Amino acid sequence: MSAHPSTWQRACSAIALTVLVVGCSGRQAALDPAGDQAATIEILWTLMLWMCGFMYLLVLIFLGHALWRARHVLSSEPVPHGAQRPAERPLRMALAGWFGLIVGGLIVLSLGSFFIDRSLANARLDNAIKIKITAAQWWWKVEYLGETPAQRVATANELRLPVGRPALLELQAEDVIHSFWIPNLGGKQDLIPGRINSLLLTPRREGEYRGQCAEFCGLQHAKMALDATVVGERDFAAWRQQQLLPAHAPSTPEQLRGHEIFMSGPCASCHQIVGTPAAGQNGPNLTHLASRRTIAAGARPYSFEALRDWLRDPHTIKPGNHMPQVQLSNSDLHALTSYLDSLK
Amino acid sequence: MSAVLPREPGAAEIAALDAQLERTWGTGRGLWERLSTVDHKIVGRRYVITGFVFFVLAGVLALMMRTQLMQPDSELIGPDRYNQIFTMHGTTMMFLFAVPIMEAMAVYLVPLMCGTRNISFPRLNAYSYWVYLFGGIMIWVAFLLNVGPETGWFSYVPLAGPEFSPGKRTDFWAQMITFTEVAALAVAVELVATIMKQRAPGMTLSRMPLFLWSMLVTSLMIIIAMPAVMLASSFLISDRLVGTHFFNPVEGGDALLWQHLFWFFGHPEVYIIFLPALGMVSSIVTTFSRRTIFAYTLMVLALLATGVLAFGLWVHHMFATGLPRLGSSFYTAASMMIAIPSGLQIFGWIATLWDGKPRFKSPLLFVIGFIVIFVLGGLTGVMLAAVPLDLQAHDTYFVVAHFHYVLIGGAVFPLFGAFYYWFPKFTGRLLSERLGRWNFWLFFIGFNVTFFPMHILGLAGMPRRVYTYPAGLGWESLNRLSSIGALLIGVSVLLFIINVVRSLRAGDVAGDNPWEASTLEWATSSPPPPYNFMHVPVVTGREALWVPGPRQVMEGLSPSHREVLCTTVLTAEPDLRQPSAMPSSWPLWAALTTALWFIGSIFDARAVIWGSIPVAICLIGWLWPTHPEPFRERGLA
Repeated sequence: MSAHPSTWQRACSAIALTVLVVGCSGRQAALDPAGDQAATIEILWTLMLWMCGFMYLLVLIFLGHALWRARHVLSSEPVPHGAQRPAERPLRMALAGWFGLIVGGLIVLSLGSFFIDRSLANARLDNAIKIKITAAQWWWKVEYLGETPAQRVATANELRLPVGRPALLELQAEDVIHSFWIPNLGGKQDLIPGRINSLLLTPRREGEYRGQCAEFCGLQHAKMALDATVVGERDFAAWRQQQLLPAHAPSTPEQLRGHEIFMSGPCASCHQIVGTPAAGQNGPNLTHLASRRTIAAGARPYSFEALRDWLRDPHTIKPGNHMPQVQLSNSDLHALTSYLDSLK
Repeated sequence: MSAVLPREPGAAEIAALDAQLERTWGTGRGLWERLSTVDHKIVGRRYVITGFVFFVLAGVLALMMRTQLMQPDSELIGPDRYNQIFTMHGTTMMFLFAVPIMEAMAVYLVPLMCGTRNISFPRLNAYSYWVYLFGGIMIWVAFLLNVGPETGWFSYVPLAGPEFSPGKRTDFWAQMITFTEVAALAVAVELVATIMKQRAPGMTLSRMPLFLWSMLVTSLMIIIAMPAVMLASSFLISDRLVGTHFFNPVEGGDALLWQHLFWFFGHPEVYIIFLPALGMVSSIVTTFSRRTIFAYTLMVLALLATGVLAFGLWVHHMFATGLPRLGSSFYTAASMMIAIPSGLQIFGWIATLWDGKPRFKSPLLFVIGFIVIFVLGGLTGVMLAAVPLDLQAHDTYFVVAHFHYVLIGGAVFPLFGAFYYWFPKFTGRLLSERLGRWNFWLFFIGFNVTFFPMHILGLAGMPRRVYTYPAGLGWESLNRLSSIGALLIGVSVLLFIINVVRSLRAGDVAGDNPWEASTLEWATSSPPPPYNFMHVPVVTGREALWVPGPRQVMEGLSPSHREVLCTTVLTAEPDLRQPSAMPSSWPLWAALTTALWFIGSIFDARAVIWGSIPVAICLIGWLWPTHPEPFRERGLA
């Protein structure tokens, strides 16, 4: 063998690196913490990984040694109960040691788990921003609770958080059980009909992250994502101000026609657009739809074309979701898309 | 009756006794006699084969899921079909394969290992098999007709409730639970009675093989755990069919009640699957190490401790539901504690191998694979027991990886080892050792290639139970790897089936005791005669067949009546001669009417009432006293 690593070794380390990178980074990765809670949990993960890895290694060594020893042994008379074996005593002592090791290890791990859990529960809450999240099949309603009702911001399938400030989420479900989870920021919490749960997230790194429903919630459980963005305090304030504004009034004839189709058709009975008569509450609030990065709870990145395809038939993108297909001529479809696309 | 050394009887004498016992215990070749049989070996064989068929079916579903997940945004299978497929995979594996096949192995082996002529309550045993079969057929027919359940094997409400899961799909699921639980409870009762009262004379509790201990603990666990899920599924079905509101929060019900009831059963269920496998491992390790098990008493205590602790940790499935956090810590501790008995047993087996004289035949290979895989699964279990870590890993592919390591590693590997180990006893022929090695290595490699990447996928954010996933999250290559591994497992199981088919016709003839094992099932011919043992064996040591000197037997059971010997619970002293039930077709009729009853109630709640009438008639027929002559002598002379 040469001193240089062989191709094979290089390939191996490349694979190992890929695995590590895949597991440890990403915008929906538990081990790439961007917030206090995820970072605290990662400490526990590291402790667990080392201790459990050590125990596993011990088992493999003992097993390997037992098998290696066996290579000389020739078959002979069986050893029944009661036969005096010279190895019995050392094995018993080893067993006692093993027992002590397991118990000691478990004590360390339970205490570690307990204290990490306590530190999560005792996180600082001052100046926390309060957000109410309501899950429904298969989308997220997100409401920023302000000092007064007029300061309340309603959006859907997106969550913007200011960096460094705790966010206290109030979690509810409208229909079945869902689970709220943004791995980069922290652990998950279920949303259960008839109950109110809460979750605290303290983001520390600006960036775009992705959350996803983690409790099986029916047909489109797979396509119930949440777009999470951590921004600076000033950007956040600007965004919030922008979200407080009523919707843009239609400005071109095409948009105007789209507006009329929306208001006269079935759309307005389920969706709200602040500043217009549309005040439906069954579906996502669309006041600033075009400022979001995804449509249909993360099913597609936002674009004019994606929105148009969605409006043409929501069931090709997300089969079985609760938005009915509305028959529209091509020109009506284009007009409606133009109007919605203007809702920045 | 008395313990005697076997006389040296003439060949003619043996042949005559054999013929008479054959007449008393045998099952004829006619269709009717086959349907009426109460022979535990025939019922057990059917049970094992049916369970294995369900294993293969659920495995095919797994391959379909892996094909779908091989690439992102796959449109091969739609969401509705996919949800049915993963529900049926879990349901079939847990309810129709894992628990039944472990009980099935016990139905075959426990009476032989106890040295008795038939299982206790043999008609209940036949009934149990039929009920299980009909329940399995019902749910699979429903699935093939596109009315298969689609709310997961755990059927969380309100998703599985009347509002969000209309139609009959979940009703079939809930009744399938009823079928399999009735079957499982029946077998559990038989096994407890058999192990407690029908052990061979001299097989005191401290001489009981660990397989019997594990089945005893398992059966007791079934008796305690199963009623919880029957209660839950009855609540569910009455919510769905007659408009009760057990789980409806608007009317004062509670969605979490379901989870408590389900997991109070669901977690012990894992150990109900796992403990019999531990018994199999102990049998195989003892035989192939040719050494008595190391620290026997501790191994028994570990089984008992696992059985008790298993009931104290169901809440670790519910850490994300928002239960009080301090309370959750208790379940963290309880969940971690279960690593103690498991760790001690692992030590016991390796120590036995270490000090023994291991022969590396296929059964032992599967046991070594079991240790390597199961320990890893156990350690990820310790990780999941910690509340904070669980909040990240819960309901992700990390958990999928964890429980496949525990269940395939902890139960399926030992089960395959057990197939290789006891196949000669079941059939009289050995499985091919060469194919066995291929079977093992393909399974072992395929398993790790399939499931190890899932740990990383889960930490990389991939949730469970998704029918597809978007590109760009870094999940593609690991999913592809996992799918390739699944294919290897498929090939390996196919090799096993080929091995069985070939060996049945052309395998080496096994003889009574091909592995020179120590337990009583090897003291009779392979396959065993209908009456199991010509004379009841007498046990004089922990490893009954390794005790030097001639074997003792006990005479005195009537060769012309179906009788079994009952012994005392602790010391296994001969107690009384108990008549054993004759073949009867009533169990079959009772099972058919039970099936009609359960299935009818899915379509019309009134069937609960009228459906019970035919069942009652069958039960009366079943229990009608038919003994032509009263037993003259029950006690011992």
